[in-house]
Amino acid sequence: MNNQDTQTLPSDIPQIKSPTIKKVSIVISRGSLDGVYPGLIMANGARMEGIEATLFFTFFGLEAITNNKMDDLKVATVGNPAMHIPTLLGGLPGMSSFATRKMKQQMEELDIPPIREFIGMIHDSGADIYACKASVDMFGLTKEDFCPQVEDIISVGYFYELSENAQIIFT
Amino acid sequence: MSTATIAQKTIEIDQEGFMKDHTQWNEDIARELAKLEGIDELTDPHWAIIRLMRKEYEEKGDGPSIRRLTKESGVPIKELYQLFPKGPAKKAAKIAGIPKPTGCI
Repeated sequence: MNNQDTQTLPSDIPQIKSPTIKKVSIVISRGSLDGVYPGLIMANGARMEGIEATLFFTFFGLEAITNNKMDDLKVATVGNPAMHIPTLLGGLPGMSSFATRKMKQQMEELDIPPIREFIGMIHDSGADIYACKASVDMFGLTKEDFCPQVEDIISVGYFYELSENAQIIFT
Repeated sequence: MSTATIAQKTIEIDQEGFMKDHTQWNEDIARELAKLEGIDELTDPHWAIIRLMRKEYEEKGDGPSIRRLTKESGVPIKELYQLFPKGPAKKAAKIAGIPKPTGCI
């Protein structure tokens, strides 16, 4: 902890420090539960610290803002060494649902909301949410397929414009 | 910097001005702390949140996360950010005289 940006007012109580990062742009590119949550937690955390946040969903990340998909995201049990189960077992029917159920229970205990609620929270806390045009075209989606919190479908170029002076975080 | 005088009372604080002992808190201190964080007047909705922060802290030993805050208070997230701009959980905790909440959500 450094004291540098602690401003001391006439009364000798310091103000809450404002973070040196002012703005973040978070790209969410994966569509598994474990692929989506980190980006959401970082976006929400940014807003809680008074940092501006933009969320950009691309590729399979679009599942997290697609109305008929976002409530059914799953944990990947195959090709995920951190699950510590053999690949063959991970591929058995029901394995992914089982792991997903477990993870959801744990998250509820930690006050981490389901995806739809979380997207709503992040939007209401003032972050902007966008879908990637190239991916939307590729999957044959339209704006109507997305949850209402999605501001717009934008190009990568416009994403970079919006990210002026922001730290870009790819997840 | 570990003690400060506010509203004619000496309080223990941390580096960011969060009170270390919530029992030293009173409403005059809250008003002064709010001014320091740019909130000139504490309205009823502010007080409701402040009391909730203190209650949660007393029961659980940590200030509530933003999600718990909105659930328990019934105040929508948007309004929380209007009441306590730039970080409702942190600012409300400071004004409520409790340590900075440690939760991530």
